[in-house]
Amino acid sequence: MTPTVVLPLIIGGLYAAGVYLLLDRSLTRVLLGFLLMGNATNLLLLSSGGPAGLAPILGVSDPEDMNDPLPQALILTAIVITFGISAFVLAMIHRSWRLVRQEVVGTDEEDRRVAARKGTDADELDPDDLVPGDRPAGHADSLRGADLDDVPADDVDLPAGNR
Amino acid sequence: MISVLAPLPVLMPLLGAAGALLLAHHPRAQRTLSLLVMTAVLSVSVALLFLADSEGPTAVAVGGWPVPLGIVLVVDRLSALMLVVASTVALGVLVFAVGQGSADRDEDTPVSIFHPTFLVLVAGVSNAFLAGDLFNLYVGFEILLMASYVLLTLGGTAPRIRGGITYVVVSLTSSLLFLAAIGLVYAATGTVNMADLAVKLGDLPEGTQVLLQSMLLIAFGIKAAVFPLSAWLPDSYPTAPAPVTAVFAGLLTKVGVYAIIRTQTLLFPGGALDDLLMWAALATMVIGILGAVAQTDLRRLLSFTLVSHIGYMVFGIALGTAAGLAGAIFYVVHHIAIQTTLFLVAGLIERQGGTTSIDRLGGLARRAPLLAVLFFVPAMNLAGIPPLSGFIGKLGLLEAGVADGSALAYTLVAGGVVTSLLTLVAIARVWTRAFWRPPTQAPAEDTAAAAAAAAGPSGDGFAPAAEDGDLTARQVAWRRHTRVATAADPDIAPAASAVRALRPLPGAMVSATAALVAVTVALTVVAGFLYGLADRAADDLVERTPYIEAVFDAPAAEDAE
Repeated sequence: MTPTVVLPLIIGGLYAAGVYLLLDRSLTRVLLGFLLMGNATNLLLLSSGGPAGLAPILGVSDPEDMNDPLPQALILTAIVITFGISAFVLAMIHRSWRLVRQEVVGTDEEDRRVAARKGTDADELDPDDLVPGDRPAGHADSLRGADLDDVPADDVDLPAGNR
Repeated sequence: MISVLAPLPVLMPLLGAAGALLLAHHPRAQRTLSLLVMTAVLSVSVALLFLADSEGPTAVAVGGWPVPLGIVLVVDRLSALMLVVASTVALGVLVFAVGQGSADRDEDTPVSIFHPTFLVLVAGVSNAFLAGDLFNLYVGFEILLMASYVLLTLGGTAPRIRGGITYVVVSLTSSLLFLAAIGLVYAATGTVNMADLAVKLGDLPEGTQVLLQSMLLIAFGIKAAVFPLSAWLPDSYPTAPAPVTAVFAGLLTKVGVYAIIRTQTLLFPGGALDDLLMWAALATMVIGILGAVAQTDLRRLLSFTLVSHIGYMVFGIALGTAAGLAGAIFYVVHHIAIQTTLFLVAGLIERQGGTTSIDRLGGLARRAPLLAVLFFVPAMNLAGIPPLSGFIGKLGLLEAGVADGSALAYTLVAGGVVTSLLTLVAIARVWTRAFWRPPTQAPAEDTAAAAAAAAGPSGDGFAPAAEDGDLTARQVAWRRHTRVATAADPDIAPAASAVRALRPLPGAMVSATAALVAVTVALTVVAGFLYGLADRAADDLVERTPYIEAVFDAPAAEDAE
């Protein structure tokens, strides 16, 4: 029943690896980083309950030796949440892959456009003069449409002849 | 009475969401159910506000566990007020979405995920407002974030997935920080109940307190989009469907602001980081609005003003006085209503004009006078033109800043005035270009592009059914055709007429927006009452004891759950 140095070391290591992966542009690595950091946080919660003790079940162990049950309840909730979000992120990575054949964090085209415009008067700029890729987000021409036929159809039920 | 009503704003939308999922194949029943649920939530919130205002803070131990252990929901003036405003705008947005949905699809299109998710979002927001302990606040955040991930990527088009990824990764990081902070708080004090923490945190060494405070502030700062943690917002919000952006802009950042108010006043009343918050507020205001001035897309411009005006609220919080907090609370209420309304108007503009780029719009004032009025009133309100509520809120905050008297406070007062002026500049640019200039001066547009913008999922904003993959083959084929045509030859000869035909607007969308505009005007009319309420709420916050006593006196209410 003494504090252990192993747990903080593991937590620190997981956080370090998690942050490293989170900073990557590849979404799968970002997800892995998130999972590592989630586990590190769960361990942090676990260690916040104090030194290890016996299972907190009345009648089985003496209340004096019991572990604090509240952090464990918190961890269970956190695990469920992490699980749900991981599933969602995986679905999003899959979707991104199907749409644009890449699974990296994208660039904001409109942001690029506004940044590149530095020095010109915003009001003088006509989107029609820009190359289609630089036109504002939401504008029809800014869609990745040029090679649309190469992109697999996202409407899976559509007969191939209609493409 | 409160003990029965308090869990309802969370329970009703959750049960309603389950019901809406079951009714997925009966769109009309589903719409009726979600509208009924939202109306009920609004009525309960109003009742809670009046009860909380007359009886003071009340806590309900929902699980029946004794207080520091179990989950408590706390209704005080601040949380009840936030509930009322949140459910009002949520109801307005829901009506708007119903109007848009029924205009965009035929009656027998099945499966809509929008309504259940929207109700879950409302449940999460209510839970965050009512939470009496940090972990329940975290759960509330997660509920609303999970729903917001789904809503933001609705339909799964490329721009939405791109924006959604940014949003999801940033939110995940902030949630992890929040959770880690909760772990550390628990390790330091042995409790996560906020009232209990308010008593126990004061005994900790100063360094530990500042560490916990800054971790919570960073986590909430990301959610509230406080500079320098705000860069994600203008990247991700504008891609979503109009009603989704509207409800996000109105509610989600304000939940972060609410959490900052709650923790700053209840848990860390010492004000150790107030100077830092002041600087953050100044940077948020000025940098946010400079970003807005540079934009040419209406939705992005509004997103930047959203970031910028968060600075006003943080300013009020950082002052830490009752006057500052009252100003911040009033400004939160005003800003929720105003920002939601403006994004809905942007949705109407996009629907009618085919684009939100102010370079491409023109002559809307003459061609769509109603739309012009709907934009003009909240826009002037946002800029803080007297006598509208934006002016009252800003005036209150600036007065509180002057009363503080420090050099830093005066700097922020100056920053606030400059931001207000620049807001007017940004709004005036939209007005002169999109509404006032003759339509013939607007750049000519190829009709194919306009048609694609009108039909395409990203261009048209929101069409729940159409985006669930249930398009008819003909629609898809036509959409592909128009997109390919524009992409293959962007230099298609401009249409003969530069004046693009306006599309008619469905009545439900216009009346929902008009109702919210009326609400923003009504905020001015009832400003006296509202500011009094904000004053009383701020007094409670500064005093802290009413909240703490209410929690420790909480009656266990098993039957309420």
